[in-house]
Amino acid sequence: MASLGKIARRTFLIGAAAVAGGVAVGYYIYRRPYPNPLEDELAEGEATFNPYVMIGADNAITVIAPRAEMGQGVATTLAALVAEELDVDLDAVTVEHGPASYAYYNSEMLAEGGPFPFFEEGVVAELMRGGMGAFGKFLGLQGTGGSSSVRDGFDKMRAAGAAARQMLLAAAALRLDVEIGALATANATITHEASGRTLTYGEVAADASRLDPPSDIRLKQPAEWRLLGKAQRRTDMHAKVTGAPIFGVDVSLPDMLYATVRMSPRFWVEPVKADLSKAEKMPGVVKIVPIDTTYGHGFGIIAENTWAAFRAAEAIEVEWGEADYPQDSAAMSAFLRRALETGSGDALRDDGDVDTAFADAPRDKVVEAEYEVPFLAHACMEPMNATARLKDGLLEVWSPNQMPTLTRQLCADVAGVDTEDTRVHTTFMGGGFGRRGEMDYSMFAALLARETDGRPVKVIWTREEDIRHDTYRPAAIGRFRARLGADGLPEAVDMRIASPSTIASTLRRTFPSLSPLGPDKTIAEGAFDQPYTIPDYRVAAVKADTGVPVGFWRSVGNSFNGYFHESFLDELAAAGGLDPVAMRLTLMADHPAAVKVVEKAAALSNWGETLPAGRAKGFAFTLSFGSWVAEVVEVAETDAGIRIEKVWIVADVGTALDPGIIEAQLTSGAIFGLSSAIGQEITFADGMAEQSNFHDYDAMRIHQCPAFEVAILQNYHKMGGVGEIGTPPAVPALANAVFALTGKRIRSLPLSREVDFA
Amino acid sequence: MRLTVNGNPIEFDADPDMPLLWALRDLAGITGPKFGCGIAACGACTVLVDGTPVRSCALPVGLVDGDVVTIEGLAGADGLSLVQQAWLDEQVPQCGYCQAGQIMSAHALLQEIPEPTDEDIDNAMAGNLCRCGTYPRIRAAIKRAAAEKARTGA
Repeated sequence: MASLGKIARRTFLIGAAAVAGGVAVGYYIYRRPYPNPLEDELAEGEATFNPYVMIGADNAITVIAPRAEMGQGVATTLAALVAEELDVDLDAVTVEHGPASYAYYNSEMLAEGGPFPFFEEGVVAELMRGGMGAFGKFLGLQGTGGSSSVRDGFDKMRAAGAAARQMLLAAAALRLDVEIGALATANATITHEASGRTLTYGEVAADASRLDPPSDIRLKQPAEWRLLGKAQRRTDMHAKVTGAPIFGVDVSLPDMLYATVRMSPRFWVEPVKADLSKAEKMPGVVKIVPIDTTYGHGFGIIAENTWAAFRAAEAIEVEWGEADYPQDSAAMSAFLRRALETGSGDALRDDGDVDTAFADAPRDKVVEAEYEVPFLAHACMEPMNATARLKDGLLEVWSPNQMPTLTRQLCADVAGVDTEDTRVHTTFMGGGFGRRGEMDYSMFAALLARETDGRPVKVIWTREEDIRHDTYRPAAIGRFRARLGADGLPEAVDMRIASPSTIASTLRRTFPSLSPLGPDKTIAEGAFDQPYTIPDYRVAAVKADTGVPVGFWRSVGNSFNGYFHESFLDELAAAGGLDPVAMRLTLMADHPAAVKVVEKAAALSNWGETLPAGRAKGFAFTLSFGSWVAEVVEVAETDAGIRIEKVWIVADVGTALDPGIIEAQLTSGAIFGLSSAIGQEITFADGMAEQSNFHDYDAMRIHQCPAFEVAILQNYHKMGGVGEIGTPPAVPALANAVFALTGKRIRSLPLSREVDFA
Repeated sequence: MRLTVNGNPIEFDADPDMPLLWALRDLAGITGPKFGCGIAACGACTVLVDGTPVRSCALPVGLVDGDVVTIEGLAGADGLSLVQQAWLDEQVPQCGYCQAGQIMSAHALLQEIPEPTDEDIDNAMAGNLCRCGTYPRIRAAIKRAAAEKARTGA
């Protein structure tokens, strides 16, 4: 565990930026609220109470859910937080994303950015969390990531609803000349019970919004909740079953042009030689312009329709520069392995005395293994796209994005306008998974909008561009060794993981003038922060930049460390002659929440039952994003290969605000992980990604999808995240099941390199 | 060029090589069918041509010979179609991007096989990719729609 002494000697990487002293400044700023951006958005007769609530004179209630709705259901749950306290039903409110604004800063997204496990609650860890949260506010960082949206919104959005309700009540009391305590609220109506007189919220909204916000806000107790804790019908469902035009690709504006991009398939390099003449002469082509940004170089093709742009993009004859990084997957792998051997590394966990423990270890008690995972693409169903218009000095960007304030800033920069003259409209997203926290596609649209004389331009990437220009889940290699005791339990564990730094790579393309400092905990998360007690326990992260742009991919470092850590533990159980579940229960005895999750998963899946020949189960556990998750995978041998029959998931999320949505996210996360395990990899040759579309980078299909059984627990005293937590344990649970079935311990992904899946 | 889409005649001025998807989206403003891959590998663009599900991203508009139905044409005047209602009741969509295509494929399946087995569902739906992994609820919604179809004789 990181100790106070180590922290004092170290500079910290704070989320996405390293700033010495930023925490103290943040605390000062923290006390000052940002202005309410809805003041500028009000329609005739509409009143606003705070950045989350608008009420019209006609009693139309709008709730702002200022986080990316990319499938995880966050708009519904955030709206429910406000609606609960406002005493209105969810179907009585209109939910909107709202404008890009510092007021919608996310303080939870960075809160767990420090080098502490979630369960460490000492003074230093808590100070760090507070400081990081303040820093998120200081940056005005409106963002969706780190499974943080609901944790961030839980207090402030309930408070927004409660404050608005109290103001409405106060205004009604004045109007009716009665005591506030004599009034009741239900269905957006205030009733004076003694006289039966009623006022709608809309009738007093204008008056109420002029009152001072209450200084003492009373929130409901969980026992009083009508909406929270119960599965709600999602507010975006109707639009999504009717094909409504809600996504970035659906944006349609008067006089709009269409465009696509063709960027260098070798990262960072410029075209050496290009002949645009053939492409420029193609029917429907308006203009071809160079694109030069921190994300890369290439061309934007503006046309009268998307198809014309796609065809012209293909017709550009271009020779790209040479890559200045390892050219192919083998060289990248060798580079990571060398870093593992020679790199300095940051020990994010260092319990006991690992070196001594191994110095005198008898050889037959030492287990060693090397694991490796490939780069992965996000492959959101909706390819990257954005629409922009630059007219009369005002830049407007319609973008399916996870980072509205950063998108606004970087688009303003490339278009040469002020941030104040830039508006970002965040659409629904056809998947995000971290990819849409990037700004490239929005910046490209902003750049092309400079070329269209005020006409809007919708820029849609081909799937090929999308796969070949991702910010990939980093490849990683880990070396693991353990010393087993006489009882078969590990006494000492030493883990060393080398991978490109996601944070350094992100800074290179977004804020190239900033240099990252200190360790990148994403390299070791999922390994260093797990609730196991082992006397000598060291986990070190080694940064190794392969030159390939890497980014945040659903569950980030947990996506590979979950596999590394939990497959290696499975190896230890096998070597020590222990049941993998029993072994974990012993090692995690200090953490009752973990124990309960594991016990529940074992009971649900009937772990330990004798299975018929040709069937087997695997187990894994990962604590990530504040939630404790165990998964069991059952596999069966079939003529067509190994079939994933069933997955059991048990998650302790602390407080479960919408069990229906949480269940959907747990299965979704697991399928996302299983998809990667049964066939995904991005490989490189000649500096370029070799895969380009779903024929060579596929994901799980319905006929491969297992049955699921999910249980949601609420034992831990802090709320955890939901959107990413199903992913990390899915891969090792499958790998461990494959081992149980075949006796093959597969130490690299995808598992399909060594076994076939049905 | 003239097509019938959702029962309405539509005039296009399109290159006959342009995929039906882009003619619908960019020329006719019908955006329910989505662009996912451009090579008929993901199913997000699925529409019906004379009742048969086709991947509109890979079908040149000049080769379309039949009435086109998109997600916009499924719902009747009285609200959602049976399949759409089942999708709503099972709360299927997450991001929702692939769901217009999923619903079109499911609609065509139930037209052909009113009471599909799990294997029928696998065969009909394997061409429709969902990155959110909504498959368990898709399967449940198809079964719900089939049961409702049997109950109401729809």
